[in-house]
Amino acid sequence: MKMNLALAQIAPKLGDVEANCEKHLDYIKRARKEKADLIVFPELSLTGYVVQDLVASVAHRPREDDPIFKYILEASQNLDIVVGFVDEDFRHRFYIASAYLSGGHVLHVHHKVYLPTYGLFDEGRFFAWGDAIRSFDTRFGRAGLLICEDFWHASPPYLLWLDGADIMLFSSASPGRGLTDREKLESARWVERVSKAYASMFTSFVVHCNRVGYEDGLNFWGGATVNDPNGELIAQGPYFEEALTMAQLDLNQLRRTRARLPLLRDERTHLTMAELQRILQK
Amino acid sequence: MLDLTINTDVARQILTGFIKSELTRVGFSRAVIGLSGGIDSALSFVLAVEALGAENVLAVRLPYKSSSADSLEHAQMLIDRYKVPSETIEITDMVEPLLRYDPEMNKKRKGNIMARERMVVLYDRSEAFRGLVIGTSNKTELLLGYSTLWGDMASAVNPLGDLYKTQVRQLSRAMEIPAAIVDKPPSGDLWIGQTDEGELGFTYEEADKLLFLLVDQRYSPQECIEEGFDKGFVEAVLDRTRRSQFKRMLPPIAKLSNRTIGYDFLYLRDWGT
Repeated sequence: MKMNLALAQIAPKLGDVEANCEKHLDYIKRARKEKADLIVFPELSLTGYVVQDLVASVAHRPREDDPIFKYILEASQNLDIVVGFVDEDFRHRFYIASAYLSGGHVLHVHHKVYLPTYGLFDEGRFFAWGDAIRSFDTRFGRAGLLICEDFWHASPPYLLWLDGADIMLFSSASPGRGLTDREKLESARWVERVSKAYASMFTSFVVHCNRVGYEDGLNFWGGATVNDPNGELIAQGPYFEEALTMAQLDLNQLRRTRARLPLLRDERTHLTMAELQRILQK
Repeated sequence: MLDLTINTDVARQILTGFIKSELTRVGFSRAVIGLSGGIDSALSFVLAVEALGAENVLAVRLPYKSSSADSLEHAQMLIDRYKVPSETIEITDMVEPLLRYDPEMNKKRKGNIMARERMVVLYDRSEAFRGLVIGTSNKTELLLGYSTLWGDMASAVNPLGDLYKTQVRQLSRAMEIPAAIVDKPPSGDLWIGQTDEGELGFTYEEADKLLFLLVDQRYSPQECIEEGFDKGFVEAVLDRTRRSQFKRMLPPIAKLSNRTIGYDFLYLRDWGT
């Protein structure tokens, strides 16, 4: 089985959800023309990244009666969509969120569980922490969503793997930083390195879509990637520019790789659990 | 650890993209820049030309009567090479009345007045040309506070503020800025014979290496001394950096209400764009 994936590395307008929604619909239309089955947008693709005190005014609920989501849910009749937004729960807590939409329905919403609040980041000041890491079934197999800092920690991808995800869908709004004499920024090198490592260690597909553009002095570097279950890079978007990058995922590769390299079969989850319990009881 | 070399292709791409993005998103397509003849304004200028196109960058030469002929000539070299619109506006007649007001005035006060008068002219040309003022302060001078508040520090956007002086030189060479500009001793040219390094008491190369360890690599002062830096030098640089913190931020507002500008009224400048 093959799946056509579109990676939409866009530059959202900061705080202008309606304009961003239009851009999403435009990219979705382009992806449809390219015969995409799934399109992945970056972290906070509907709102922009450094939203600060805009949080409450840019929040939306992924439901049919929402003035923004009604359009995106409608568009998901034709292809599956991963979109980044600010989610507001019924008790008015705000989360950095990604939703997986398919056939006009919300299949899954992930709330970012690691909110970087150090250095140039201040997410913990403005957002509530997510408290679940769950895989979910799609028409292409079982998948999982993580957002930026979530996959800087090793445990969320590991948990998704154990929960059955064969396709990991990562999204980011990663500010470019660490300019040295190398041809890639340190932040880009780091994310590319761990994406490849997760694909290799979990013998899974790892998809990463990062935004581009600027917010004040911050640049976002783009460079969307897809690594296959062998840890091989099969597609990469350009750096710093808006782009729709297409990749074909041969889902049968999961079987071939795992027949050769049975890391999933041999994973000793109970040993991990026993040791974790021991460590936590210390 | 002590390598300040940068990939100039990446820097060039990010900085030209930054200038273009930050101007166009607020409805501008043009820029204004004061060309002193020195390396910093030359680099900002060349980046702006690459980002916006030569016809959209107004180069302004702002000499005082004691400004060196080299400064004017070096600025003109860039104007001629890139064929940009340009103006030369001498500030002597504007600053002289204020200088005469206090005959006891020292060099530092005179220099500040000149820097601020240039700001006044640039911001006027900004309105007339419908272009935003591009900053020219590099990371070294910002951290050392070696600049005039509301003078040469004033700008709409600053592409150079995260590049140390030695990195400004590296990027300038990569962007083929003439060697006469890149290699001459840095000077504010505020009085005859002034040089930055003479006034600071150390070279930019030394200061950059130390600041790179202290700021970028988070070394403690003691660790810098163990790396071979002179204790007095480390203390002098730290002292300059601490004392000039006020220059790197807007004036603090005294908090009274529940929501105060600067503390809990938090929006990026690019809000809504």
